[in-house]
Amino acid sequence: MSDLTDLGIAQIRDGFQAGDFTAREVAEAFNANVATAKSLNAFIVETPEHALAAADAADQEREAGAVRPLSGVPLGIKDLFCTEGVQTTAASHILEGFVPTYESTVTERLFVAGAGMLGKLNMDQFAMGSSNETSHFGNVISPWRRNDGGNAPLAPGGSSGGSSAAVSARLAPGATGTDTGGSIRQPAAFTGISGIKPTYGRCSRWGVVSFASSLDQAGAMARDVRDCTIMLEAMAGFDPKDATSLDLPVPEWEAGLSSDLRGKTIGIPKEYRVDNMPREIDALWERGIQLVKDAGANVIEVSLPHTKYALPTYYIIAPAEASSNLARYDGVRYGLRDLPDGANLQDMYAATRADGFGAEVKRRILIGTYVLSAGFYDAYFTKAQKVRALIARDFALAFEKCDLLLTPTAPSSAFALGEKSDDPLAMYLNDVFTVPSSLAGLPAMSVPGGLDQAGLPLGLQVIGRPLDEQGVLNACLAIEERAGFTARPGEWW
Amino acid sequence: MAQRLKAGSPAASRASMSVDTNIVRKIASLARIAVSDGEVEAMTGELNNILGWVEQLGEVDTDGIEPLHTVIPNQLRLRDDVITDGNIRDKVLANAPQAEHGFFAVPKVIE
Repeated sequence: MSDLTDLGIAQIRDGFQAGDFTAREVAEAFNANVATAKSLNAFIVETPEHALAAADAADQEREAGAVRPLSGVPLGIKDLFCTEGVQTTAASHILEGFVPTYESTVTERLFVAGAGMLGKLNMDQFAMGSSNETSHFGNVISPWRRNDGGNAPLAPGGSSGGSSAAVSARLAPGATGTDTGGSIRQPAAFTGISGIKPTYGRCSRWGVVSFASSLDQAGAMARDVRDCTIMLEAMAGFDPKDATSLDLPVPEWEAGLSSDLRGKTIGIPKEYRVDNMPREIDALWERGIQLVKDAGANVIEVSLPHTKYALPTYYIIAPAEASSNLARYDGVRYGLRDLPDGANLQDMYAATRADGFGAEVKRRILIGTYVLSAGFYDAYFTKAQKVRALIARDFALAFEKCDLLLTPTAPSSAFALGEKSDDPLAMYLNDVFTVPSSLAGLPAMSVPGGLDQAGLPLGLQVIGRPLDEQGVLNACLAIEERAGFTARPGEWW
Repeated sequence: MAQRLKAGSPAASRASMSVDTNIVRKIASLARIAVSDGEVEAMTGELNNILGWVEQLGEVDTDGIEPLHTVIPNQLRLRDDVITDGNIRDKVLANAPQAEHGFFAVPKVIE
């Protein structure tokens, strides 16, 4: 029998249903990979017993002739999803030791669909970061290395960097991610896997630790487009417990997969040709354009004139929402409490939050507090919400001329750990291609497009109209089939 | 509030919108985060960098534009006014750093 951890979600599901192997064999194989990959630091908590229990249930159900959509499939869960009885920290010190007494809607759906959990995946603290260097539990190391023999540890992207590293290194066939400004797509691009952020409201935010509520959206990360599709179909759906959840049926996206793009018009936003874009990114983009043309699409240039304002808009809105959301960490109801001798309640709040939040989280809380403070609210927050309206309108106008947009996912391949961590602005600029669609709530996906000269993966991004996950998935499938991306990292860990 | 971002005068608006160490201390106090003198110094520089950068939004003409509050049109739902949960006191308190007699406990707030 070939190595079960080489199989993706669809292959595991189908092979399990066909009786080629047991769910327990699959869970044991992935548990073993997780246990031997500690040097990647992809997991904060490992839950082999959860994966095995789900597998045993699946094996028994198969005996009885009843299988569920994800029976036999073990998954990694980003540590932003609350999991009943399993520590959930958002990679922060302030939530260290927090054991939820409830299950997030998304993980509940995955488990009801038959999936098991391999563990809780490391991430940037409170999902604030693009490199996984802000985790309280240490950096995640990308399984990829440059081909120059230098072995410099590379960033797996962020904030879903544990997810991207785990899937890329075959520690899990798929993993949940969350995306606020690119946190699924950029790490997927850095590690040569696929990742989709659906339309805002498709996946319930209930039980997901909040960062910026008008932007946060859960999604799927896996080795290929079909696997992401299967996962997303299980994750999405209306949830009365989330006021922004969309009360719409979940389409049968997997049944609708088609790589035939005839009749589709794909827009190339000219403003995404940013200054100093590496030649290799430009070449990747040209290649992507050729691939979708080969699949039958008509390609046109479109304009999104407010693109350059997306990042500064995001870095007002996201910190503002974060400063409100993170006010809940008060040392009273859950998480850390730091009570210096003789301290009063106010001292306790300030000491707890000083001790419990990392530097990037504090930075964003302070920016958010400032832009929301009396006297500055209109100049910063209201102004940003107005520019956000213009950014969303840019997309709406472009989608009158085309069905989908094609861009690079990130302006570079994976950078080395430490390369950008001293300069918050340089780090923020890495999200230049992913933030605009987040601000507009649009479905967007990254799919591997090729390797750069250093042997590192590069991703292409497809952005769709609201609710057109099918169009996004199909275009990515067309790229995937034609790009022939088969590279994987050497197993050095 | 008289400070507005003005198109064409980034230098002037940057000067007017920058933060100093006193403002950073004030913000940190509002956010209930204790900060050391060294942290205040470092954060003042970082915040000014970031705030200077976001002020490019002043170039954008937003006259007559409504601020965006909902990315995907969605009607907020009403539900029947009935009890849907409760009687889970111990679950609610399960993660409290200090719970006593079925309550969250905090340092004394009334002398």
